[in-house]
Amino acid sequence: MSLHSPNVTFHERVEGALRDEILHTALDRATGRFQNLRVTALASLPDAERVRDRARLIRAHTLAHLDTYLEQFAAKVEQAGGQVHFARDANALNEIVLEIARQHKVQSVVKGKSMISEETELNHALQAENLRVVETDLGEYIIQLAGETPSHIIVPAVHKTKEQIGALLHEKISIPYTADPAQMTAAARATLRREFLNADMGISGVNFGVAETGTICLVENEGNGRLTTTAPRVHVALMGIERIVPTLDDLSVMLQVLARSATGQKITVYTNLLTGARRNGEGDGPNELHIVLLDNGRSRVLGTEVAEILYCIRCGACLNACPVYREIGGHAYGSVYPGPVGAVLTPALGGVAQWSDLPQASSLCGACREVCPVRIDIPRMLLVERDEAVRAGKMAWWLRLGLRVYSVTATHPALFRLATTTAGWGTRALGAFGKGWLKRLPPPLNGWTQSRDFPAFAKKSFRAQYRESRHAELIHLDDNAFRE
Amino acid sequence: MTLKSDAPRRAQLFATCLIETLRPEAGMAVVRVLEKLGVTVEFPDAQTCCGQPAFNGGAWQDARAMAKYTLDVLSKSKAPIVVPSGSCADMLVHHYPELLASDPQYGPLAQEISARTYEFSQFLVDVLGVTKISASDVSRLTHDVLRLTYHPSCHLLRGLNITQAPRELLAGVEGVNMVEMPSATECCGFGGLFAIKMADISSAMLARKLDAIESAQVETVVGCDVSCLLHIAGGLHRRGVNITTKHLAEILDPAPNIQITEEMYLP
Ligand code: SF4
Repeated sequence: MSLHSPNVTFHERVEGALRDEILHTALDRATGRFQNLRVTALASLPDAERVRDRARLIRAHTLAHLDTYLEQFAAKVEQAGGQVHFARDANALNEIVLEIARQHKVQSVVKGKSMISEETELNHALQAENLRVVETDLGEYIIQLAGETPSHIIVPAVHKTKEQIGALLHEKISIPYTADPAQMTAAARATLRREFLNADMGISGVNFGVAETGTICLVENEGNGRLTTTAPRVHVALMGIERIVPTLDDLSVMLQVLARSATGQKITVYTNLLTGARRNGEGDGPNELHIVLLDNGRSRVLGTEVAEILYCIRCGACLNACPVYREIGGHAYGSVYPGPVGAVLTPALGGVAQWSDLPQASSLCGACREVCPVRIDIPRMLLVERDEAVRAGKMAWWLRLGLRVYSVTATHPALFRLATTTAGWGTRALGAFGKGWLKRLPPPLNGWTQSRDFPAFAKKSFRAQYRESRHAELIHLDDNAFRE
Repeated sequence: MTLKSDAPRRAQLFATCLIETLRPEAGMAVVRVLEKLGVTVEFPDAQTCCGQPAFNGGAWQDARAMAKYTLDVLSKSKAPIVVPSGSCADMLVHHYPELLASDPQYGPLAQEISARTYEFSQFLVDVLGVTKISASDVSRLTHDVLRLTYHPSCHLLRGLNITQAPRELLAGVEGVNMVEMPSATECCGFGGLFAIKMADISSAMLARKLDAIESAQVETVVGCDVSCLLHIAGGLHRRGVNITTKHLAEILDPAPNIQITEEMYLP
């Protein structure tokens, strides 16, 4: 699932998701737990709100000087013995990775978690050249076994219940059925160990690239990331160009909020800081380190009104907090980036015209903005993209027309009163049978009455009631004056 | 009740289009509460709708027209503006200045109006300094205890950051038993056109909210946004559940369901 909009419509995907009871069980279990853990974890951070402010400032500063920091980062990586590649788009990235694989006669690849590789559909490209690719992040491994795509940016298999995963492992790697996460993890680990030892190339994501040192930081909880980046001869790290922080100090600020917002941990079990490839005399590490920086639309987004979405540190908190995500899950979004962040980022990178449904998939409740560690104003950006979509002619004609008529009416008070009076008669006539409630509205408004009745307009508008009350008052005042 | 010494004596009411057409009783309650507190209410008669439906729908050109119109209407008086709706107040306070930022004439006007616009509960608590509405302030004669739950609507809560004012006001009303519903701060799924365009998702969200309300076993749901309340009311009615929805002002109302009496308007 990349940034190409899928064939099935958004509404069809949503319908499927809403009917899926297992999906809801899985989502309710996970998102509820993550939300509580997040609150507790942030409470453990002294001055959490100030740290969030600082994290936001760091992101803003970095993106305002991204070209400088990228240059510095690249130079430092090369000084440390690593190699840096810039990929303009998804194909370019895949081609760079394939070329490295060809040079090193790679046959088998282990992968750590990487959203960039999902964005470019790297696995397909590798497999098309007959390379063996094994995902080693447990969630990604499950997804790969199931032949699916991730539905959450930090919990790829969040749409699956542990019971489903137990059945899947039983079928695919022939272990006795169990729904006990510890046993499942142990079984998967045993299988994956062998893969690490046989792999020629390790591909990983990157959480942050530190400009001052050329260090890449990778956080994880399973140890698979550490193995992926050290056991094979070649390590290829994939990162979006926006994933830079200027200094190690800045990195420590980001790490304070990342794990807390993501999984509710104070810090992840493994926080890997990798600088360069293996040096002479070092006992482990790859012979070569390649860092591939992906643009794929990001530099274009930088200059726009939604540039702030690039502050994102992919913690996933906005997904867990989102009442829409909780109802429809990640796959319904149809993009590698789901949830509130995806609803903004996907159209920003892939084009509002192709993804015009995503910015609409929000009640603008603001829960995402509230939890975002770097305080991205996601609702604001959804609105900006809605405006863009309308200007690109992506709004249904009846709505376009309706809103135009409404705005003309609402800027002419006499017309407004006429319209509301008429609508009042209409709704009261229709609501007469339902004692003031309409059970059914005509299309295209029937979406409302799918699950709720619609009230008939009041018999006497506020304006009329208010005027009457003033009138009564005036008469009374006159009376008094007369008496005196 | 002593109000702040600098409490304004006049206020303009921006009633909102939904109160105008669907819940006038909430608007009348607002008027009575304000006047009982000694605030003279101005009602600029030319007012219509703040333009939020168009703004949220992405039709910003239309939204700008309505915003400018509303700014013209409200700038005729210097009195602070009271809006009995969290989302419409948020529209005036936050989105007008953004929408009109590059407009040399209306940009500054939007800023000026934004600075003197308040949501109803915010006006009472922060501007007037009402700390507690007690039985002596409102001639409320509730004999039975009213079990109610409060739904903090999203734009009130996360747009305007109004968390405590409505709760404080409710807590002060004699005879009110506040019950907290589970996940109270979660969206009811209304979202304006979202409820129609994404009716499936909206309905699923509403179902959760209705379950939460029902589990609180209350008589009434109180909120500061008629839009969300109508959404919830429509859902409750469809379910056949006998729980009413009320705007905060209707609970604070000195004279619920009775005719206006003269003494309320005369010193
Ligand atoms: S937008 Fe904010 S909350 Fe959402 S994933 Fe990115 S950093 Fe986390």
